Amino acid sequence: MTTVSMTVNGKVAAAVVEDRTLLVDFIREHLRLTGTHVGCDTSQCGACVVHVNGKAVKSCTMLAAAADGAEVTTIEGVANGDLHPMQKAFNDNHGLQCGFCTPGMIMTGIDMVNRYKAEGKTLDEKAIRHELEGNICRCTGYHNIVKSISQAAGEM
Amino acid sequence: MSEGIGAAVKRKEDKRFITGAGRYTDDIRLENQAYAAFVRSPHAHAKVTGIDKSAAEAMEGVLAVLDGKQLTGDGIGNIICGWAITSKDGSPMNMGAWSALATDKVRYVGDAVVAVIAETKAQALAAAEAVDVSYEELPVAANIGAALADGAPQIHDNAPGNVIYDWEIGELQATDDAIAGAAHVTEMDITNNRLSPNAMEPRSAITKYDAAEDHYTLYTTSQNPHVARLVLSAFYQVAPEHKLRVIAPDVGGGFGSKIYIYPEEIVCLWAALKTKRSIKWTADRTEAFLTDAHGRDHVTNAKMGFDADGNIVGFKVSTKANFGAYMSLFSSAVPTYLYATLLSGTYNIPNIYAEVLAVYSNTVPVDAYRGAGRPEASYVVERMMETAAREMGKDPAELRRQNFVREFPHQTPVIMNYDSGDFEGNLNQAMEAADWAGFEGRKAQSAANGKLRGIGMACYIEACGIAPSAAVGSLGAGVGLWESAEVRVNPVGTIEILTGSHSHGQGHETTFAQVVADRFGVPLDSIQIVHGDTDKVQFGMGTYGSRSGPVGMSAIVKALDKVEAKVKKIGAHLLEEPEENIVIEEGTVKATGTNKALGWHEIGLAAYTAHNLPPDMEPGLKEGAFYDPLNFTFPMGCFICEVEVDPETGKTEILKFVASDDFGVIINPMIVEGQVHGGIAQGVGQALLEEVVYDADGQQLSASYMDYTMPRADDVPSYDVLHHNTKCTTNPLGMKGCGEAGAIGSPPAVINAITNAIGNNDISMPATPAKVWAAINSAKMAAE
Repeated sequence: MTTVSMTVNGKVAAAVVEDRTLLVDFIREHLRLTGTHVGCDTSQCGACVVHVNGKAVKSCTMLAAAADGAEVTTIEGVANGDLHPMQKAFNDNHGLQCGFCTPGMIMTGIDMVNRYKAEGKTLDEKAIRHELEGNICRCTGYHNIVKSISQAAGEM
Repeated sequence: MSEGIGAAVKRKEDKRFITGAGRYTDDIRLENQAYAAFVRSPHAHAKVTGIDKSAAEAMEGVLAVLDGKQLTGDGIGNIICGWAITSKDGSPMNMGAWSALATDKVRYVGDAVVAVIAETKAQALAAAEAVDVSYEELPVAANIGAALADGAPQIHDNAPGNVIYDWEIGELQATDDAIAGAAHVTEMDITNNRLSPNAMEPRSAITKYDAAEDHYTLYTTSQNPHVARLVLSAFYQVAPEHKLRVIAPDVGGGFGSKIYIYPEEIVCLWAALKTKRSIKWTADRTEAFLTDAHGRDHVTNAKMGFDADGNIVGFKVSTKANFGAYMSLFSSAVPTYLYATLLSGTYNIPNIYAEVLAVYSNTVPVDAYRGAGRPEASYVVERMMETAAREMGKDPAELRRQNFVREFPHQTPVIMNYDSGDFEGNLNQAMEAADWAGFEGRKAQSAANGKLRGIGMACYIEACGIAPSAAVGSLGAGVGLWESAEVRVNPVGTIEILTGSHSHGQGHETTFAQVVADRFGVPLDSIQIVHGDTDKVQFGMGTYGSRSGPVGMSAIVKALDKVEAKVKKIGAHLLEEPEENIVIEEGTVKATGTNKALGWHEIGLAAYTAHNLPPDMEPGLKEGAFYDPLNFTFPMGCFICEVEVDPETGKTEILKFVASDDFGVIINPMIVEGQVHGGIAQGVGQALLEEVVYDADGQQLSASYMDYTMPRADDVPSYDVLHHNTKCTTNPLGMKGCGEAGAIGSPPAVINAITNAIGNNDISMPATPAKVWAAINSAKMAAE
């Protein structure tokens, strides 16, 4: 067993967990933050993306113990009173249907826009599609997800 | 009316999904919850010779280790197919027994043998590893060819030669004669590749047994919770209907795969009784590949005859359909009444004959996946039309145009009666948007860059709004395919709509509310849609076959008619005006020609206080309706795909994709376009990327996202989605349905574009770079 302590959505979260506990299971099962989803077992689908110390991470690829001391943000911690521009953009552009991949898409989208802005690069359609390589959606055909991220990039 | 029919209203349900507050089955945790894990067959075909549970039973946290003999011993029934198909010779279909836990034999890799119930998921999984099942391996038939070969292993004793049925439709002699007399005959062998639906949310079930009430609750990832309850009660005898509540909360996509009742739900309900614990099971992705019903998997020979002018004179189709190891709930209907009945396409074809051989194999059961039979039909018809045009030296658009059905209603030779459409209008719209006329110039430009450019089209038609109950009953369906709705107007005037449809991405909470807002002029925010719970909604047939619009919303309209009639009676009484002068506009009940009016909430209040109602009127304002469709609906359209192929690598890039659809009346264009986008991506996935692959031993080689190629954002283009709509004449709103069209029309459009680019018609889906490269080079070699 391992004691882990991290800040999740601004609150300290500490627990004694089995050594093998994945960050996604810590978030879902221990903290009961169920907005972060599990869509595959091979780190392909991206439904579990959260931010660890400000960077997008597939929380199924990381042990909870490895996030000890980290600042973690999940989909539940993104809105600050009002919806985040990325969340609003997904609603504005019909960027979701069943909603299952959506938290991961939004977390990936925010990270993508932040990185491109920090590097002074343009986030055009081609770049967004390339950056979405690690997130699978079965409903939208990606068309409106690309539009959503593009809108948010202009507003963030 | 900015929120009514035709408005691109943003979705009401989005807020919970974009903030992480969605409530999917696996997000739910019940008191006293234990976990199930399944021991699955590693063999595609084997006798179960022994099960040693002792090691597993001794492990920490293990509550029960349950097998098939216990299950059947407790009277749990076999899983059934609910649609009876009769063979050519009049014999019934040969349905083999399917126990939720295998008893003496396993028939595919993934077949459930034992369920382990433990305190934690980790304990359940570890104990499942410790169950020692002994098998005696049997020869395997992992595909249609192997299952039909001489001496093939017998998968079910009561299906000789592994044939489930040998069915036919249409006139054989007349079709043979027409083709024999044709000026030109096009013949093709066409394979429709096996797919895995891959809803992003894996299947999940949580069961609860309340001993004091002798009552069960099942939370499950279902597209049709009432159908699940009916089947679990009536056929599997898990619990009587009035003692079983089925809740399908937020469901993360279905695409058909969540219609069926699977072994895991049955076992978890039964295990809740056995252990007196709530039981949760959630599939991992490999389990999903190994157990969710697959789609497609047809092998077809088709012959189409034309007269000297290019008019189709006859069409003969022979299809073999792989059903997998067991008959899933609607499996038998897919390659018959959802496939062969669409073989007339958008064309006047005087003679059609189709025969379908349904075959067992040692693979995952196959059932309806987005489009269900209609993509297979559209693929056959549209590849045949394209090939025929090329063989006859005709323009493929003109050959289609020449053969289009132009008068409605149109009775095809294969049951369907098309009510409406303007096929040429969609063709013209798509060709203009795709700049069909400018293609040769673009092709030359690509050629100058060393690339092969191609353009292809598909004019699909499909049948939705399934379906008139008496008609499907006469064709073998075990259920009626109507829909129900209830409209509850509360005393304060807010409205709840209870519907038997189920939303798992389709946006019903928005579009269904728009229909109500449109009718009464009340705000969208005052309307709540209730679905997915058998304790709340009395009954319903659920969501599949693009039926929630044409059937589900029609039921709502019928219930709204009744509410409107009562509101008008109350309004007339309170306003002291004749009923025929009462109108409902902008949320107000008015008497025309006067300035008398009542607010919507005042009617609600009057109905529930009942202080002053017309004589003999019952209090309250709640009406229900069942709607049974008069006909199928027929969405159709023209898709055009333009591709560029790199001859060095064989890689295909889609440069442009235009869809012109006829969906009848559209409630919310934003949502409809989203449905088309998603459908096209799945069709492009089928055409270029996706295939479930089995080796000869029946091992699935594509059972993870590292092996099965899901379309990703950079595999697909942006889509140009257009509409040229004609109103459906057979339902009250004039809707045709839009959920499956994208997946139906796109595979042939993509393949017609690729074959046009490379000059070789012999290519199968998925058209991977390796296949395309080989086809380019075999065409080159043939030319040299």
